[in-house]
Amino acid sequence: MDVLSSLGDGFAVAFTLQNLLLALLGCFLGTVMGALPGLGPSNGVAILIPLAFTLGLPATPALILLTSVYYGAMYGGRISSILLNIPGDEPAMMTTLDGYPMAKKGMAGEALALSGIASFVGSFFATWGLVLLAPQLVKVALLFGPAEYFALFTLAFATLGGIASRNQAKAAYAAALGLGIATIGVDGQTGVPRFAFGEVHLYDGIDFLVAIVGLFAVSEVFVFLEQHHGNADADSSKMTIGRVTPPLSMLKKTAGAMSRSTVIGFIAGVLPGAGASLGSFLAYSLEKKVSDKKGTFGQGDPRGVAAPEAGNNAAAGGALVPMLALGVPGSGTTAVLLAMLLALNITPGPLLFQQNPDVVWGLIAALFIGNFMLLLMNIPMVSLFVRVLLIPPKYLMPAVAMISFVGIYGISGSTFDLMVMVGFGVLGWVLRKLDVPLVPIILGVLLGDQMEKNLRRAMTISDGDWTTLFASPLSIALWAFAILGFIAPIVFGRFFRMKKREEDVGD
Amino acid sequence: MSDRIFGVIGILLSAFYAWQATLIQESFIQDPVGPKAFPVLIAIVLAAASLVFVLKPDPAPQWPAAGRLFQIAVSAALMIAYALALPEAGFVASTAVAAAFLSWRLGAQPLAAIIAGVAIAVGIYVVFHLILGLSLARGPWGF
Repeated sequence: MDVLSSLGDGFAVAFTLQNLLLALLGCFLGTVMGALPGLGPSNGVAILIPLAFTLGLPATPALILLTSVYYGAMYGGRISSILLNIPGDEPAMMTTLDGYPMAKKGMAGEALALSGIASFVGSFFATWGLVLLAPQLVKVALLFGPAEYFALFTLAFATLGGIASRNQAKAAYAAALGLGIATIGVDGQTGVPRFAFGEVHLYDGIDFLVAIVGLFAVSEVFVFLEQHHGNADADSSKMTIGRVTPPLSMLKKTAGAMSRSTVIGFIAGVLPGAGASLGSFLAYSLEKKVSDKKGTFGQGDPRGVAAPEAGNNAAAGGALVPMLALGVPGSGTTAVLLAMLLALNITPGPLLFQQNPDVVWGLIAALFIGNFMLLLMNIPMVSLFVRVLLIPPKYLMPAVAMISFVGIYGISGSTFDLMVMVGFGVLGWVLRKLDVPLVPIILGVLLGDQMEKNLRRAMTISDGDWTTLFASPLSIALWAFAILGFIAPIVFGRFFRMKKREEDVGD
Repeated sequence: MSDRIFGVIGILLSAFYAWQATLIQESFIQDPVGPKAFPVLIAIVLAAASLVFVLKPDPAPQWPAAGRLFQIAVSAALMIAYALALPEAGFVASTAVAAAFLSWRLGAQPLAAIIAGVAIAVGIYVVFHLILGLSLARGPWGF
């Protein structure tokens, strides 16, 4: 079992005092960010990347810090779902359905503790899944040539809208916009400037961190300005938490729900185009079908709390599989994590496992450690996190905006970058109004360079023959999945969305 | 309607982008595809997607009233001004003003907003500069 010995080496990397402290800090920050409405895993990690980068942390510690934030945010999202009926982040949406009714029944403490345990179960087993599955995927990925990579990138974009995508044209638009932004700057292959309009600042291209922080964090400030609910003071003070240990009988009752949801969530996470939101949605729907015999779901059934939480945390772990093994993220947050790797000059993909096993396995070991820390932190300290919810957005959002500026300014010290970031913030707000997904833009900016490089490399090898893109069975399969993945939501999407709306109305 | 306008903007954007792509200077180093082909490919996807919005628009979103829209514009302008002011006035002063303004626009009372602005600026300065050693913009007063 060389996987286990690699994992052992990983633990050796992760078990230094500095890394453990970083994991602890990351878990804490992540939980807080997940809990706060308006800050989720994507923009939380996005704000922290430039900071981790400018603080000069080496690759492994920086990765440990930020992935702990990622896992922490998945834990934290449930807190405001349960107490306030406001999902702290998108994947925690389904948790409101039974979590809030449970809290209203005076079982807020039990709901929080149970969901904490469900989160732990989900991500613990998903991390094992990652350990076992990622090396297998790496073996397949080593067979990929440039043509296959080009097809794989296309597959990633085609499926990113997800099975529940409302409008595939908008997803395609967003992807093209992102790829277009990525082409700005000096062309890496021939050295000619493209779309720079003689502006010196554009010769280097647009830094993807600037785009990410602008689109995710700054646009969030505009959303709050628009809705003007900076005053939405959390009224969680009225909520009594009660005991924060779930009775053993409740755990026994929900064990089945947790294990089923973990499997579903993990699969949803690994598959392109699904991600944590769909993972929790599928987990909840399945659980409702399997065990809702008395119609208690939606009225505070503990199983309805355990299922989506196990599901979304398992999906968060599953989503790391394609990100690490192929370098192709399947969801928004993993796209942000990819940005982090690229910022640290690490290119994920099969070669990462061979050349930097210490990074990969150190990271995976850190996930295990972070997971235990989160469990220990979330059960006894939950009332502390609840207090964080009392910070009203009118003070929080300016701080978020200012920290975003600090991070970006720290990278380059350039006023130009800050202005571009504000521009992306406004763009992000407009696109959100128009229901255009932002994740394909990010992915386009991140992968554009690689995608073009692989296309041109494949062409150079074949001496300009375009049929080389469809020459191997592997690439044909990838193209077929890409086309299928793009068309499926148009055909089945209506059905999925109707189901989802039913569930949403059902609360 | 919003989608139609958006689609037309998208088509114009893709046309501009494709036109700019044809203007890219070829270099003496050359590969079979060259620096133009990929941008042209993107322009085609962009145009096709935009065309779909024009032909089949989604229901329009609810745009905020003119006053609120103006506020967002002012806030964006303030952020630009903040970016320009950073090297001139230094981190703490410009951040205090910008954060106070945003907090006020998000609904805080003026006095509370000023306190929040100063607290945010000083807090970030202490944590990121004094403790973590990040270099922030230095103004005439050195902070």
